[in-house]
Amino acid sequence: MPLETDFPQGYEKRDFRVVGKRPVRPDGIDKVTGRARFGADTVAPGMLHGAILRSPHAHARIKSIDTAKAEALEGVKAVVTRDDFPIHDAVKEDRGLLDILVNCMAREKALYDGHAVAAVAATDKITARKALKLIEVEYEVLGHVIDEDLAMAPDAPILHDDLGYDYGKGKPSNVAGRTEIGHGDVDAGFAAADRVVERSFKTGAAHQGYIEPHACLANIGADGRGELWCCTQGHFMVRDTVTQLLGMDVSNLRVTASEIGGGFGGKTAVFIEPVAVALSRKAGKPVKIVMDRHEVFRATGPTASASLWVKVGAKADGTITAADALLKYQGGAFQGSPVDMGAMAAFACYNLENVRAVGYDIVTNRPKQAAYRAPGAPMAAFAVESVMTELADALGIDPIDFRLKNAARDHSKSSYGPTYNEIGLVETLEAAKATEHYNSPLGPNQGRGVACGFWFNFGGQTAVTLNVNLDGTAALSVGTPDIGGSRASMCAMAAEELGIDYDDIYAIIGDTASLGYNDVTDGSRATFASGLATIQAARQVKERMCARAARIWGIPEDAVKWEGGAAVPSGPNAGDHAPLSFRDIAKMAGETGGPIAGHHEISAEGAGPSFATHIVDAEIDRETGRIDVKRYTVVQDAGKAVHPAYVEGQFQGGAVQGIGWALNEEYIYSDKGVLENAGFLDYRVPVASDLPMIETVIVEKPNPGHPYGVRGVGETSIVPPMGAIANAVSAAAKVRATEIPMSPPRMLKLLRENESAAKAAE
Amino acid sequence: MVQVTLWGSLRDYTDGRNEVEVAGDNIYQILQNLGQAEPRLKPILEKGVTVSLDGQIYRQNLMQTVRPDSEVFILPKMAGG
Repeated sequence: MPLETDFPQGYEKRDFRVVGKRPVRPDGIDKVTGRARFGADTVAPGMLHGAILRSPHAHARIKSIDTAKAEALEGVKAVVTRDDFPIHDAVKEDRGLLDILVNCMAREKALYDGHAVAAVAATDKITARKALKLIEVEYEVLGHVIDEDLAMAPDAPILHDDLGYDYGKGKPSNVAGRTEIGHGDVDAGFAAADRVVERSFKTGAAHQGYIEPHACLANIGADGRGELWCCTQGHFMVRDTVTQLLGMDVSNLRVTASEIGGGFGGKTAVFIEPVAVALSRKAGKPVKIVMDRHEVFRATGPTASASLWVKVGAKADGTITAADALLKYQGGAFQGSPVDMGAMAAFACYNLENVRAVGYDIVTNRPKQAAYRAPGAPMAAFAVESVMTELADALGIDPIDFRLKNAARDHSKSSYGPTYNEIGLVETLEAAKATEHYNSPLGPNQGRGVACGFWFNFGGQTAVTLNVNLDGTAALSVGTPDIGGSRASMCAMAAEELGIDYDDIYAIIGDTASLGYNDVTDGSRATFASGLATIQAARQVKERMCARAARIWGIPEDAVKWEGGAAVPSGPNAGDHAPLSFRDIAKMAGETGGPIAGHHEISAEGAGPSFATHIVDAEIDRETGRIDVKRYTVVQDAGKAVHPAYVEGQFQGGAVQGIGWALNEEYIYSDKGVLENAGFLDYRVPVASDLPMIETVIVEKPNPGHPYGVRGVGETSIVPPMGAIANAVSAAAKVRATEIPMSPPRMLKLLRENESAAKAAE
Repeated sequence: MVQVTLWGSLRDYTDGRNEVEVAGDNIYQILQNLGQAEPRLKPILEKGVTVSLDGQIYRQNLMQTVRPDSEVFILPKMAGG
C-alpha cells in the first residue's frame, strides 16, 4: 500500500484580516533601544575569554605546536590544538563532518591564511591574546593556489592528497567534483541558430557582510553536559554538529540562538562553537569567543568565486535554440562549492529544448566557503543574463521582450529537468515592462540593464508550539532564528488563523531543548515552513478551543465551529449559545481541562520557486571608471506577501548586496596568498549614500503548496543584480563588462583597452 | 514501475543511461530500489540527493507517495542561504 503523509498543503483563496498588513515588528523596540541580546552580549559568572591562533600562511605543513609557554602564563586556564579534537567514529564516516572539524582546527596542514591552529581560554582578553603569542608553531610553507582556473592546472599545488574528481583513477587534484545538468541536443540547437553569442566571465568572492561578528558562549560542566549560546541561523544544526565533532551525546548540549545581526547564509555553519565547547570542557568554566572583523573575513565563509563560460544561440525571431554553460566555482580549501546549484539555476528562467550546464567544484587555499543567499545562482545568472541581453541586442529585440519570448512558464519543463507548477516569471517581466522606470529616459553616460533571477526555495524540518495564555494572548515558539523579520510574519499568520489581534501573539525562538528539530533558517524557508507549521498549530488550538466550548455547552464537538475569533454553535442540533471568544475560553482553560496549546511538527515541502526581474540604470564616469547606480527597481513574485514591508526589505537587501558584489566587493590576496582587505575599510560594502532608493514591485502569484500562497523571498533578490548591472554598465560604457566587481580600476582598464582597439581598427 | 530521470553527470555511474525504471510507492522506496538496481549510485544516494516529484522539490519528506505516472527526477543535494 502506498504510504500517505501528513502534508498539509493546498492554497485556498481567501480574504485576509491581518496578513498583508504592515504592523510594527515585535523585535523592533528591543533592537533600537539596545535591549536585544546578540551573541556577544551573553555573559556567565566566572566566564573565561577565548582567542584563536590563526595560520599566517596560505598553505603550510604544521610540523609542531608547542603550547608550554602559553599554558604557563598566569591567567591561562586551557589551551587546545588538533590533539584536543580526535576524529570520532561519526566524523570518520562522514567527509563533510571531517572537513568541518579540520576547518575549525587545522590538523596536518594549514590550508589558508587565517586557518585556526590553536586556541586559548584565559581570565581576560588581554591575557588570552598574550598567550597566543607564546604558542610556537613550526610551519613548512608549501606552494599555494588562490584562483579557480590556476587550481585546475596540471602543475597546481595540490591541497588534499585524498581528494579529486580523478582521485578514483589514482590521481589527486583540486577538482573535487563535476556536475552536468540539461537535456536535448545543444550541438543541433546551435546549428539551427541564426545568431550565437558566447563569452567568458569571472566573479570575485564576496562575503555576506553581516554586521554582527560570530560570537558564542559555551558552558560545559564536569558531568559533560552543558549549554551553548551563539548567533546562528540554526541552533539545532549547531547542537548536532558540535556534539558529533566532539563525541558528545546530543542531549548533553542545549543550544540557544541569540538575536542575530545578519546572516545571509554565512551563519549556517560552525566556526568557533566547537572550539569554545572544547575549551570550556577542558577548563571547566564558561568560555566566550567573539570574532573580530579581521577574523570574520579571514576565517569564515565568503561565497565562491567563479570562472564562467556561456554560449546561447537563437533564431532571428528571438527563439532560443540552444544554451550551454561551463561553471568553475572555487569554494575554498574544502569540497562543496555551490556549483551544483549554479548549474541547475543557470538557465532556470528559460524554456529551452536544448540546454546544458557543466560545473566543476574546485578547492583553493582560501577559507571554506559558506552559503550566501541563493548559493551558486548569482554568479551563473551574471554570465547567463549578460549573454541573453547581448544576444537580444544583436537580434534587435527589446531585452524584456526577448526574455518574455523564451521565459519559463506554468507547466513548462525547467532547464534542470522537472516540470514547473505555477510560477510567476512572466508576471514579473510584464510588470517590469510596465513600470515608469523602464519607460523613462536615460541621461548622458547612462545605460539601462535588465536581468531575471530564480531560486528554488525550500521547506525542511520544522516544529512550533503555540501556548494560549489565560488573558487571551498566546506565546508562539518557533525554532527558526529570525534573520529577516519572520517573527512578525509568524505573529500575523497566527493572529489570522485565531481571529485575534497581531499584538496578542508573542513570538520567540525556542532553544534546542524546547522544540523538536528545526532545520536552519536558510533556503528562504522560515516564513514558508515555520509559517505553515504555525498555521497548523493555530488550527489545532482552534479545534481544542471548540472542544472546550462543546464541553461547556454540553454538545458534541462537531456541533461547534470557529468563526470570527470565537467558538460558535453550528448545525441544527447545536442549540442556542452565545459565542465564546478566544479570550473567554483561554480564561477558563484551567477549569475546562487544563492549558491549551497547539503544536505542529513537519518536514515541510511544497515551497514554490520564486522569480524576479530587475531593472537598473547605471552611469559611468569615463575619467575614473566609477559606476553610479542611478535607479534600481526589483520586481519579484512573493506568492503572498505576509508582511509587505519586510518582503520589500528582502527585495531591497538582496539588490543592495548584489550591487556591492557587482561593483566593489572581492577578496584581494597578496602573492603569498594572504588576504589583504580583511576589513570594511578595504572591503567596501555599499552604504546608504552610495545608493538610490531601491524601488519595489511585489507580484503575487500564489504558491499552490501553501494555504496562503506564500513563497520564500529571501534569496531570489540577489540573483539578478550582477547581470542587470553588468548590462546597464555595458550599455553605458559601450563595451561588454565580463568581470566583477566592476571596480573603477577594472572599468578604466576596460575603457582604455576598448578605446585602443577602436583606434587600431580605424 | 516508475521512470526515474537522473541528473546528467550520474550517467558516469549507469553506463550512460540517465533514465532508469524502478519500483516503489514512495520516495524512500524509489531511492532504496534505485541503489539496488544501480549499485554504483548507492554511495551518492546515501550521501544525499534531492528528489523532484511532479515538479515539487523534496529534500527530506521521503514518505511522499509516488505514482507509476509520476515525474521523478534525482537532482544534486540542495541547500540554501
